[in-house]
Amino acid sequence: MSDVVTLAHGAGGKASRRLVEDLFLDELRNPLLEPLSDAALVSANGTRLAFTTDAYVVRPLVFPGGDIGELAVNGTVNDLAVSGAQPLALTAGFVIEEGFPLDELRALTHSAAAAAKAAGVSVAAGDTKVVERGAADGLYVTTAGIGLLDPRVDLSPARVRPGDVVIVSGAIAEHGIAVMLARGDLRLELDVVSDTAPLHREAGALCALGPQLRWMRDPTRGGLATTLNELVSGCGASVALQETAIPVREDVRAACELLGIDPLYVANEGKLVAVVAPGSAGIALEALGPEAAVIGEVRADDVPMVLCETPFGGSRIVDMLVGDPLPRIC
Amino acid sequence: MCLGIPAQVVERQPDGLAKVDFGGVRRSVSVAFTPDVAAGDWVLVHVGFALARIDEEEAQATLELLGEAVAAELSA
Amino acid sequence: MKYTDEYRDPAAVAALAAGLHFDRHVKLMEVCGGHTHAIYRHGLDALLPDEIELVHGPGCPVCVIPMGRVDDAISIAERPEVIFTSFGDMLRVPGGRRRSLLEAKARGADVRIVYSPLDALDVARAHPGREVVFFGVGFETTAPATAVTLLRARTLGVRNFSVFCNHVLIAPALRAILDTPDTEIDGFVGPGHVSTVIGTSPYEFVAREYGRPVVVAGFEPTDILQAVALLVRQLREGRAEVENQYGRVVRDEGNPAALAALEYVFQVRDDFEWRGLGAIPHSGYRIADELGDWDAERRFEVPGARIEDPKACRCGDVLRGMAKPYECGVFGTACTPEKPLGTCMVSSEGACAAYYAYGRHRVAV
Repeated sequence: MSDVVTLAHGAGGKASRRLVEDLFLDELRNPLLEPLSDAALVSANGTRLAFTTDAYVVRPLVFPGGDIGELAVNGTVNDLAVSGAQPLALTAGFVIEEGFPLDELRALTHSAAAAAKAAGVSVAAGDTKVVERGAADGLYVTTAGIGLLDPRVDLSPARVRPGDVVIVSGAIAEHGIAVMLARGDLRLELDVVSDTAPLHREAGALCALGPQLRWMRDPTRGGLATTLNELVSGCGASVALQETAIPVREDVRAACELLGIDPLYVANEGKLVAVVAPGSAGIALEALGPEAAVIGEVRADDVPMVLCETPFGGSRIVDMLVGDPLPRIC
Repeated sequence: MCLGIPAQVVERQPDGLAKVDFGGVRRSVSVAFTPDVAAGDWVLVHVGFALARIDEEEAQATLELLGEAVAAELSA
Repeated sequence: MKYTDEYRDPAAVAALAAGLHFDRHVKLMEVCGGHTHAIYRHGLDALLPDEIELVHGPGCPVCVIPMGRVDDAISIAERPEVIFTSFGDMLRVPGGRRRSLLEAKARGADVRIVYSPLDALDVARAHPGREVVFFGVGFETTAPATAVTLLRARTLGVRNFSVFCNHVLIAPALRAILDTPDTEIDGFVGPGHVSTVIGTSPYEFVAREYGRPVVVAGFEPTDILQAVALLVRQLREGRAEVENQYGRVVRDEGNPAALAALEYVFQVRDDFEWRGLGAIPHSGYRIADELGDWDAERRFEVPGARIEDPKACRCGDVLRGMAKPYECGVFGTACTPEKPLGTCMVSSEGACAAYYAYGRHRVAV
């Protein structure tokens, strides 16, 4: 293992996990942090709150379907939403590079404001810092958010059990591909836009399932594969996916084929994955809308892993991401 | 690395290039090795070059063999 | 997607698999990394009967780059004036001391991923003050693209561009496998995309001199199973011939324009080292003298060291089809895709990497 940070550490896969566990968790260790979920669950005078933060370093700052401002708000709203919390308020920190045009900064902040309004939250506090030309690559944004946990649910990988059903709210891999295209390095033309969107309504609708809803996440960096691998290491059972059931747009699939990337590893910013009790699958799909699909199930296994069953009666492992096919995607 | 993907030629471009379409994704590729391709033809693309024109008759012939295999299996 | 989906029809795959059987155990080697990857990605190995065993060969051009050559690439990339361009799969390949281009990038080297060598040439044109080097890796599938790019650089007079040429030839590697004592390979699934360039005649020697059948195959599940079926049929009928399953794309004569480009731009080196297989005569390309000005090896001094594989590494056996990935003592422990020890683990098309990533759940070890 190298003694410096590499881009692989930022991909959301194995290296990221190791950095978090071996360095950050090691130093910061405390009961709130241990579960390493998207949001920390904090109790204050009997009120249960979710508390989360995320940093946004996406390049380019503006991409088809969105920009860093919108991404930064939706991302944190979503971390709260999939933790079973109603988002209450956000804070936003802006690290801005010297020379960054003010009108662009205003436009990105406007996007953030619009996104906050759409999600029904306020950006209640913030901070700005300016760094010399050459640092911050234009702009980095960090958002933190606080939300009120829905008393009907208790979401965690530990609640997932064999027989449960895995559902995704819509087609995957669009954000990562859209951002990659916007970089122009790979000279591909494709009408794909980022799916960045707030998920508080979808998540809220699923919370109505109460204990039948076991766990939710928004599969961002590292894609669905990474999120599901985190699930299996937390629940001790395997997830078996049906390849043909995973919704991917034709052109997104073609772009992935072309680049030799599996759509399961590509970031999403407006989708959630949920595990529900088998009897609730129908209601969950209703709640999520026509794009949602059952993509697999949870199975007991001696060696928990994520498997994908091919249409040919075979299966392959969907391992944790190694390396970083698409850096700086979120 | 062996990645060779079928794509349809959308239009010829100057400088020995052609715009091709892979299932909705488009890119300019070199036709240095397939200089006679025209819009509508299908080619196999590898690292930004069209390496071969896809022969529709051969493709059909292969599909027919597959069809026969399925039929044989169903009647077995 | 046309020309893809039809060849993934589950009913056809099931039918082809059901028709596969033989009266004795046979070992078929699929040479090409793309085939290895496709087999594991689609879970096709599970569909074969026990008596038909697929082994994986040395056809992963990323995997066979010797560590010393990776170190040479890194030494070029570390020069401040250089923009080092490469296909993505080469970035994590470790050289000696386990360092890779990705790590060099982390330490400040300007390393960029490109999809095509033509894109690397464009980078050179866009940055006239920098030296742009392209890491030329791949078989005869990819070498023609590098060749045309070099010719274009010359035509356009782009002087700040050069290629670090590590292109290799498939046929000499096949011969090296066949010359290994105790290989026991009964037939070969021939590489599909290399053959679009070189045609089918380079494999004739396998049939004529070594008496083994070869079937050139496409990369979709039905292609691979059809090729296996054709090989089994040859074995059953006691034939040893070169057949072409991938007729929709492979012509027997190959691609004359691509072959002409190879002929003009490259010369075959006397020998070239393949990681895991040792030095193989006449198996690598170097840039011909006419284009010497665009040869990175002439432009830059490189260490040129030869680095031994770690002792525990059994890649040589795996590449020759004599050992399965899980039979290697360090598979999955000291050697994983994240920290690969040997060549078979370094690229997603390497036998060990593909097996680890996709198939390790199937064998009770």
